[in-house]
Amino acid sequence: MDFCSSSSSTISSHEEPHVLAVDDNLIDRKLVEKLLKKSSCKVTTAENGLRALEYLGLGADQEHSTNNNGSKVNMIITDYCMPGMSGYELLKKIKESSILKDVPVVIMSSENIPTRIDQCMEEGAQMFMLKPLKHSDVKRLRCQLMQCQ
Amino acid sequence: MEVGQLQRSFVEYMASLFREISAFAFVFVVILDLSALELMYFAVLIQKGFLDAQFSQLQQLQDDSNPDFVVEVVSLFFEDSERLINDLTMALDQPNVDFKQVDAHVHQLKGSSSSVGAQRVKNCCVPFRNCCEEQNTETCLRCLQQIKQEYLLVKNKLQTLFELEQQIVAAGGAIPMVQ
Repeated sequence: MDFCSSSSSTISSHEEPHVLAVDDNLIDRKLVEKLLKKSSCKVTTAENGLRALEYLGLGADQEHSTNNNGSKVNMIITDYCMPGMSGYELLKKIKESSILKDVPVVIMSSENIPTRIDQCMEEGAQMFMLKPLKHSDVKRLRCQLMQCQ
Repeated sequence: MEVGQLQRSFVEYMASLFREISAFAFVFVVILDLSALELMYFAVLIQKGFLDAQFSQLQQLQDDSNPDFVVEVVSLFFEDSERLINDLTMALDQPNVDFKQVDAHVHQLKGSSSSVGAQRVKNCCVPFRNCCEEQNTETCLRCLQQIKQEYLLVKNKLQTLFELEQQIVAAGGAIPMVQ
């Protein structure tokens, strides 16, 4: 049985997945980065949705061809409550992109609001996680990403 | 209770038990004593609710590649909190208070304090957000006072904890890890 799919988000067991972490809170950014690095991930952080989109090559004035960061990112993890563009709005923009729609997007929030969770899952979020994130949460994510036993 | 005082009473107790040991063993006891002291102090901070399990999560993230991780994150927390407390003070001092802005600041503070395990500070943020919703300047100011108090308390406790750790390292020991 073949465990690999053809989507750009799958990686083999010896590669380090590249995760883009988006959060407006500096402390949370530092924490999520450390948690991901501890789980052997390469991490890029962004402080808001606009910066995240720019990094991914989906910024307002960008041509897809001049930026291939998007194709290198295996997962995006974003905070829900951010000034300007929310995590939900960022999720929508990513799912609307032909290049990035298959990249798993995880939403984090400090608030456990069922309607918010449903809204994100319906829009195609991979997972919704409660903050503060724990090591066990990230390990679970990592396993999902690896699609291995 | 100041570190020196804690140390002295503990050391006196330990010394009374180990009156005839060699110098090497005494150093070992001192390190153990400091480590035991730090564990005890940490246990008290948890028991009194100043810190919660999230702080232990931070400690577990610290490793050889990043031996100052906890101190770095906590320092960021101090800077961030002091800035937010200043912003809140200014925002509530306006003739027409922008409660949305006040709420945004409290939300940030709740997030940061939650992420470092500063439980009592985090718990002060919940009623504060309710007062913002009610657009009541007076109750908001009272909440802010509470937050200032709790913040200064936890800052003092954390600085004491780090002082203890520095003393352990200086004495040649390793910082005890709590699971």
